Amino acid sequence: MTKPDTPSVGPKLELRGVSKRFAGKAVLKGVDIAVERGRSLVIIGGSGQGKSVTLKIAIGLMRPDAGKVLVDGQDVTRLGGVDQRKLAKAFGMLFQGAALFDSLRVWENVAFRLLNADGVKRPDAKDRAVAALGRVGLGPEVIDLYPGELSGGMQKRVGLARAVAAEPAILFFDEPTTGLDPINADVINALIVEQVQRLGCTAISITHDMVSARKIGDEIAMLHDGKILWRGPTKDIDQSGNPYVDQFIHGQAVGPITG
Amino acid sequence: MLSPLQALGRSTFSLVRTTGALALFAGRGVAASMSAPLFVGQLIRQLVQIGYFSLPVIGLTAVFTGAALALNIYTGGGRFNAEQIMPQIVALGITRELGPVLAALMLAGRVSAAIAAEIGAMRATEQIDALKTLSVDPFRYLIAPRLMAAMIVLPMLTAVADIIGVAGGWAVAVASLNFNGALYVKNTWDFLQSWDVVSGLLKSVVFGFIVALMGCYHGYNATGGARGVGRATTHAVVSAAILIFASDYLLTSLFSHK
Repeated sequence: MTKPDTPSVGPKLELRGVSKRFAGKAVLKGVDIAVERGRSLVIIGGSGQGKSVTLKIAIGLMRPDAGKVLVDGQDVTRLGGVDQRKLAKAFGMLFQGAALFDSLRVWENVAFRLLNADGVKRPDAKDRAVAALGRVGLGPEVIDLYPGELSGGMQKRVGLARAVAAEPAILFFDEPTTGLDPINADVINALIVEQVQRLGCTAISITHDMVSARKIGDEIAMLHDGKILWRGPTKDIDQSGNPYVDQFIHGQAVGPITG
Repeated sequence: MLSPLQALGRSTFSLVRTTGALALFAGRGVAASMSAPLFVGQLIRQLVQIGYFSLPVIGLTAVFTGAALALNIYTGGGRFNAEQIMPQIVALGITRELGPVLAALMLAGRVSAAIAAEIGAMRATEQIDALKTLSVDPFRYLIAPRLMAAMIVLPMLTAVADIIGVAGGWAVAVASLNFNGALYVKNTWDFLQSWDVVSGLLKSVVFGFIVALMGCYHGYNATGGARGVGRATTHAVVSAAILIFASDYLLTSLFSHK
């Protein structure tokens, strides 16, 4: 299992005072958020509030203008090159559109890290990819297909299998149910919960789908106007007492959040 | 509304910034090409895509260019009774200039565009971000194999274009202009010096780098979804063509002293 040297106390992942601007516009204005090991945090918020930017900074795809990203208490904000690639071995990510490699077969997508970063031999990598696909409900009939031959729901499952194949310590989910029908969305939610529990890993998701947030999150945080407005256990979100959260979770047009 | 001075300043700043970004990108690409790990499967795939599949278009371009060049030189040479030096001029023109430049331009149209579109689509669909999260450096996996493949195959394609271009001239000379075929070949062979061919092949190594670099750079930096990919494709072809012509002049100046 690919897990970095882990002190037993303190958050697994922490964003401290993270700010980010694009073309002069402040998207994140000092985000402070920490996730304890083995917990699943869901960040909710409207479109354009900085959820994706937060996730990209957390996983190292983007650098903040100010603030720090800490993994196991170590500052990883400015890592690059080999160090960044080593750190990335502790991460797995399911992208919004699955981001599967079009030119590779399904099993090669799932085994991509094993083959290209971990140096696992092709037969072994294929066996592990087939096992990972089995865990997300995909049988041997799909392993030699190309991503373009799969439905959206199946692509998400392959993306999930790829994210968990190397057994990472931290999983990131970017809008995992976007574009799926309610049944497939529920299947993906259930698979996410199952995989996170199986691996015992820390999970961070961003979504604006409240059904998904309630199902996959131990905790929910709401991001609005570049800051975390509210955070608490999932079970408490209906009693948050925060008008922004209440408006968002009930999908009301009238309230403090304006389009 | 910008004043002329502001507009000039902004354009200059933009040019300097783009040049710097391109130089950094090229440096990272070259560094990735020269360090482990080398993705051999990707390199082989690109050798086939860039080299093998470009053979028909480069062959056809070369044969027609050689034939047209022969006709033009024969007609022009006739003005001062110098028709018989046509084989030598065709050979010189093809090996030193037209073979490498036309092969590179056809590759710019076919390969720069394809590379920019493929990498641009990967950018738009977050596949490049996915590579990073899977602990794979996109420069090693995507950029280096394309740069290396283009620099390896373009000299080979140029050599093929040289042979087919000269053959095109020979065919027209024999079929339409009453030249003796064996004598045509002998004159060409006796006249050509190894440097005529080698200088063209050396140029094509540089052209290959330009073709792949422009496709990779514009594709990698594509923004704005499908429209951005289309824009990247156009920019890749146009900038590759301009840089090929500019570097052709510089290299020809350099080589002409030999």
